[in-house]
This record gives sequence, C-alpha cells and structure tokens, in this order.
Amino acid sequence: MPTIVVEVMPKPELLDPAGKAVAGALHRLGHDHVTDVRIGKRFELSVDTVDDELLKSIEKVAADMLSNSVIETVLSVEVLDESPAGETH
Amino acid sequence: MRVGVITFPGSLDDRDAMRAIRLAGAEPVALWHGTHDLMGVDAIVLPGGFSYGDYLRCGAIAANSPIMAEVIDAANSGMPVLGICNGFQILVETHLLPGGLVRNDHGDFIRRDQRLRVESTDSAWTSGFEPGQEITIPLKNGEGGFIADEETLDRLEGEGLIAFRYLDVNPNGSLRDIAGLRNERGNVVGLMPHPEHAVEPGFGPDTPAAMRSGIDGLTFFTSILTATLASA
Repeated sequence: MPTIVVEVMPKPELLDPAGKAVAGALHRLGHDHVTDVRIGKRFELSVDTVDDELLKSIEKVAADMLSNSVIETVLSVEVLDESPAGETH
Repeated sequence: MRVGVITFPGSLDDRDAMRAIRLAGAEPVALWHGTHDLMGVDAIVLPGGFSYGDYLRCGAIAANSPIMAEVIDAANSGMPVLGICNGFQILVETHLLPGGLVRNDHGDFIRRDQRLRVESTDSAWTSGFEPGQEITIPLKNGEGGFIADEETLDRLEGEGLIAFRYLDVNPNGSLRDIAGLRNERGNVVGLMPHPEHAVEPGFGPDTPAAMRSGIDGLTFFTSILTATLASA
C-alpha cells in the first residue's frame, strides 16, 4: 500500500520555543556543537493507489489543513518507495 | 436573546461561558460540534479549552468540525461570534480572523490576571466598553503568541481591528502586544484572555476594592444584548 509523506516545518523567521528547549537540553548535555534545533512534523498518509490527481489533492490538503501558511511551510509531499520486493499484501 | 456555546471534544470552559451568558441576562444554548444545527441562536461563543488535545495545531481540527460550516456562514452574515482562547485559535484556523497563534515565547504555560486595554469598541462584543478602557481578566494558555506578517499587522493597526492589547507585560510574545482582534464588520471577536472567568463578584480577579471582585468580563456578554436591541 503506497504511503504519501508530507513534511511541514515552522517558518524559519519564527521563534520555535520547542526547538529552543531541546537545544538548551543538548547544550546542558555537552553537545555544544549543536547551534540550533527546529522541530517540524512528518505525516504518513496511507492510500490505496497513487496517481497525479490524488497527489494534487494531497498537496491541497497539505497546504489547507496539515499546515497553516501563516506559521508553517510545507517542505515536501512525496510518495514513499513501494513495499520491499517480495512482500505480498 | 439566545446565545449558543459550542462544545468540542476537549472544550473546557463551555460551562463557564454559558454561566456568563446567563449572568448577563441572555439565554445560553448548548451546541454540539458534530451537528449542523445552530438551533436558531442569535450569537455564538467558541469556548476555551484544548479541543482535540491541541493535536495538529491548536484549534485546527475543531475548525473543520461539521458545525463550523454553519458558524462560518453565520459569521459571514453578521451574527456575533466570540472566540475565547481555544475559540480564538479556532477562528484563526477558519480564517474568520487573520494571523496565527503559536507557543508562548518563553515556552511555559501561563496563568495570571491580565490587564488589557480595549482598543476597539466598534464590535458586537466590546460596544459596552469605553474607548481605551483598561480591564483585568484571567489569561491562561500555552500557545497564545499572536503572529502575522508585517503587512497584516499594519493593516490591522490601520483599520482599527486590534480589539485588545496586553498592558504591563506581554505574557506570551504576541506581536504588537495583541491580545484580541475583531473583523471588519465587528461581529467576530477573538481573544486569548478569558472574559467568562470575570463575571461574578467573589469569583473574578482581585481589584483594589476587594479580593476577587473583578467582573470586567461581563461587559463582553452584555454588549451583544445592547447591540442587538439597538439594531432591532
């Protein structure tokens, strides 16, 4: 069954307090080489089949609902590789 | 006057909002997110809380509830709609109000009695205030930082659509100290602080006069009564 992966990130110019908190913890653990952390979202949408029309509709869903264009950017909408060879459904 | 309060999965302050409506002299009507029925109400409150556990984004899933189709139509026809806290987040997600609400800049949930300045009395929910009036009502949220691009902020400022600004301290990093907005028509208002928690002496914020005597929030709910009577 194909999977469509949607990745969403907070806009770069916005403060990401969650990422900042993680960066602070990393520094406390001695990972001073990490200069910044930003946290985004990854959605995995399982579908029966993929075609251009469906992909377009998912791109619209990604822009309209999975993300909020005021605060976030859709990085990618991609079809995950098919199941490993030999696997049957 | 009948004022509907919509309960979503995870709403928290729906009962308090209904109580505030009753104390203001109107009839509260419980509405349910999963229906398409506004039950003939004259105004709507989207209450505070954590609808859908704040999954996806605060208010994002509730904004796509069945009943929100009717709420958006009603708002576009001029019905008074008030969004409090999570309700404000829902209004922003439906694009009935512009901008977005993000995690507080300091990263912590905050609860305090918050002083505000009423910046616009040209709305159904603020008409009972004096222009520039300073009020105190409770604030409690984790994601109350208002953001929008510079162009939008300038437009909000220029058109007088900023309804409330934070006074004393900016509790969450909101741009230009914005605590609440109204739409162009003035029927839709959203804010992060909670007027429904400051409507009855003994249960509101402290005032110089007496502990817990603050009832500045009541004016939100009496404003719609006056506005509706005036237009009737």
